[in-house]
Amino acid sequence: MELQNFTIKQINRGLKAKEFSAKELTLAYFDKIKKTDNEIGAYLGLSENLALKQAELSDEKIKNNEEISELAGVPCGIKDNILVEGEKCTCASRMLENYIASYDAGCIKKLKESGAVILGKTNLDEFAFGSSCENSAFKVTKNPHDLSCVSGGSSGGSAAAVASDQACFALGTDTGCSVRTPASFCGVVGLKTTYGSVSRSGVIASASSLDQVGPLAKNVEDAEIIFNAISGKDPKDATSVEFKYEKLTKEKPFIIGVPREFFGKGLSKDVEKIIKNTITKIEDQGFKIQEISLPSTDFALACYYIIQTSEASANLARFDGIRYGFSKRDKENLLDVYMASRGQGFGIETKRRIMLGTYSLSSGYYDAYYKKAQEVRLLIKQDFINAFAKVDLIIGPVTPFPAFKIGEKASDPLSMYLADIYTVPINLAGVPAMSLPVGKIGKLPVGLQIIANHFEENKIFNIASIIEKIV
Amino acid sequence: MLSKEEVLKIAKLARLELSEKEVETMQKDLSAVLDYFEILKKIDTSNVKLENKDILDIEKITRKDEVLFENNKTNDWLLNQASDKKDDYIKVKAIL
Repeated sequence: MELQNFTIKQINRGLKAKEFSAKELTLAYFDKIKKTDNEIGAYLGLSENLALKQAELSDEKIKNNEEISELAGVPCGIKDNILVEGEKCTCASRMLENYIASYDAGCIKKLKESGAVILGKTNLDEFAFGSSCENSAFKVTKNPHDLSCVSGGSSGGSAAAVASDQACFALGTDTGCSVRTPASFCGVVGLKTTYGSVSRSGVIASASSLDQVGPLAKNVEDAEIIFNAISGKDPKDATSVEFKYEKLTKEKPFIIGVPREFFGKGLSKDVEKIIKNTITKIEDQGFKIQEISLPSTDFALACYYIIQTSEASANLARFDGIRYGFSKRDKENLLDVYMASRGQGFGIETKRRIMLGTYSLSSGYYDAYYKKAQEVRLLIKQDFINAFAKVDLIIGPVTPFPAFKIGEKASDPLSMYLADIYTVPINLAGVPAMSLPVGKIGKLPVGLQIIANHFEENKIFNIASIIEKIV
Repeated sequence: MLSKEEVLKIAKLARLELSEKEVETMQKDLSAVLDYFEILKKIDTSNVKLENKDILDIEKITRKDEVLFENNKTNDWLLNQASDKKDDYIKVKAIL
């Protein structure tokens, strides 16, 4: 079976026309994974029993001529910080190496109801802390377009699985860049969803005011189908919002803003050229392009890393070696059990972030760091409110450069953080943004970032499906 | 640069055991990032009034304190993840 470029729609047609069964399709994907994943390293574990059971359910429905949803029988990969009942959920950490999920995450429940087939759990930076997928405790996920380069992070396994036909689509999470950067580096469509649009129940928390689940897919239409399936209110996530996705069916005369702060120092000339060429092509389609300003952009990265690490340090306090996870019990007292379990269970970047967050929240530093960052966050959010009073959408680069060499930035955390300069303002403001592949530098893909106002994913999908055809 | 003592103090607050080499790495890495954070001194926030609802636009997210999703299977599963237990209790080292 030829899996290359298999989309959700094509699979749906094939299943309905009985060209292949969901089980055959699932087995074909497992076959592909076994052939190519040794090299790429997208998966941490496969859920073969679960996948075949789901596939057989869809086949049964097709056999009985029952209605099936568009996702029925469609094989996908799930980032390994999202709980799938009965399967390991490691967060790519020694801390959770043997942890088995006791329930389904909200988004997984919805995927299972739609009939999607979960092939396995995909690699990430430990606890989703990173922009390259090099911080996994288990392996580095390589870029399918150039194996010497990173896949991007933290949802590198999800992006690489889709890019290498080891899954038709995947779910990732995005706290500061983690769906969009790997989507850009691996040349797939990735959507960071509006804060509150998709349930965070069952998603192992990195930074709770920033985390969102989002799809990684072969094309815009697929991403839209997945977003439609996983979004909506979940009583188990108090921050999720009553929301029903409504597709925009007609082309709209959008006004598109281009923030000048996204084209400053640090942006690679090659990326700039591709983004500017794309903007010209969009203008040629009759859309009005308008230069705008997001004046607080220069402060977003510092603001983000204070808030992200502060929330993460609090969230990761739960890993104490007592209730679950890695435990060093051969100690005299409780404090030593905590210290040793955490010291030996966490990797270096996780420790760095816990330390930074603890510092920002500690007595004497709180006002200068955490409180100040919260104030700056409001200014950044206000920038977007002001911008969306004038324009419908905002476009710009996703990252300042394409995928870099494995190891290139590993020893310098600050240079790694700088990769997130155009993606973190979006999480701070809570708005949605997509990475859409629009060009290549040599073998390496480059994504265009398309940003909309809260809960206006439909505008992103509408324009992205037009841009997809002209690049 | 952060001193060794400062790093160890934060590590203790964070309940993290660090090797000697890790302490050195943290001194260097944390100092570089904290220096970068200094950029926030350049932005005036004197007019910003912080209220919790401003950040997430969520004012009231409370519910009645009652068990909504009771499931005995889940209880067992959760208990079995603990490193040590006795009956239906998770066992820890003596605290006092």
